[in-house]
Amino acid sequence: MEYGIFQLIILSIFINNFVLSRFLGLCPYMGVSKQLDSAIGMGMAVTFVMTIASMVTWLLYNFFLAPTFQSVFYLVFNVPVQNIPDLTFLRTIVFILVIASLVQFIEMYIQKASPTLYKALGIYLPLITTNCAILGVAVLNIDMFFKAGLPLHNSFINTLVQAFASGIGFTLVLVLMAGIREKLELANVPKPFRGLPIAFIVAGLMSIAFLGFAGMNVE
Amino acid sequence: MSLSAEFIKGIYKENPVFRLALGLCPTLAVSTSISNAIGMGAATTFVLVSSNTIVSVLIFILAKVLSEEGQKSVNKIRIPMFIVVIASFVTIVEMVMSAYFPALSESLGIFIPLIVVNCIILGRAEGFASKNSILPSIMDGIGMGIGFTLALIAIAFLRELLGSGAILGANIFGADYKPVLLMILPPGAFLVIGIYLGALNWLDSRKKHS
Repeated sequence: MEYGIFQLIILSIFINNFVLSRFLGLCPYMGVSKQLDSAIGMGMAVTFVMTIASMVTWLLYNFFLAPTFQSVFYLVFNVPVQNIPDLTFLRTIVFILVIASLVQFIEMYIQKASPTLYKALGIYLPLITTNCAILGVAVLNIDMFFKAGLPLHNSFINTLVQAFASGIGFTLVLVLMAGIREKLELANVPKPFRGLPIAFIVAGLMSIAFLGFAGMNVE
Repeated sequence: MSLSAEFIKGIYKENPVFRLALGLCPTLAVSTSISNAIGMGAATTFVLVSSNTIVSVLIFILAKVLSEEGQKSVNKIRIPMFIVVIASFVTIVEMVMSAYFPALSESLGIFIPLIVVNCIILGRAEGFASKNSILPSIMDGIGMGIGFTLALIAIAFLRELLGSGAILGANIFGADYKPVLLMILPPGAFLVIGIYLGALNWLDSRKKHS
């Protein structure tokens, strides 16, 4: 299926929101949504890493793992396409390793290059490595765009757009949730439901609200 | 602690989902039907037990072979080491599932590769298997895996029962029942787990009082 860029943005922010309809990145959604400041920091860090990780994993999948005409085995070593080994089964291992080292690398780079940005994102970066949203968006991009056989540049641009917009969608619900939870501290909640249970129920209500976006026609 | 205690604790006292609130993403995403829940639970249990076994063997061998200095440097890369072990087992699960259970593989979708980032597995490898010998690690893996599966089934039971009026595809309420579609949709998962957690807290506080 072909997607327009605007359509893809609306789809990944509202209709298929990462947290509320795809259930990805729930740990930071529950863990870091107690204060507005940290929610914004976490959201920005996730968006940043998501975009870069998607780009890198897409390039790796395209040039190393998939046996296509873009494979390095064909381009550099001139191996005929039908003889290139199909390495796509290594996807999970390669992606998680790449993401883990990428996060380390980004952390070191930001620390050197921009101390102010490091102050804002620094403590959230190590938490991101095992965040399922990052690996999730990387795998999803491959499943949605690469395997659908889109033209190469379309597939790459869609990947970037979807990763960035998903990050924005994540940030949006994280910030909304933090706003609600700051007020919730003062509310008179029945004792057994204080803390995590009421947070889940609030998330359920938010999810119902986001279901409303499913009625939007983005064709 | 005895072996049976290692096994039992994962089921209720330290249940990964309801007590430790770990592995929430797959829990909520695949609990739309009991068959999905069992499939996901079995896959996670397999990965959990295998990675616990390998990690405890690996740490045991490294402790025998390496010098003090070598162990210190290995200690620094222990998390990436565990992740590679886990990712290999997840790849095995991925391939076996798409070969022998294509329908299940289709409905679990992206959440099969995402078993890698399920915090229960890395948490048990780091927190338990790397500090204990092989047999307790295996028992811990089985117990935690079964605890995770039971939690998934408990959530899926309520969602499937209310959302489609059926259990494992068998109709319960008869043809007149109007399913509460919301339960199958994403909000149902959040509401059900919230209510379960609240109910468990309430039970605990009652036990304390009496």
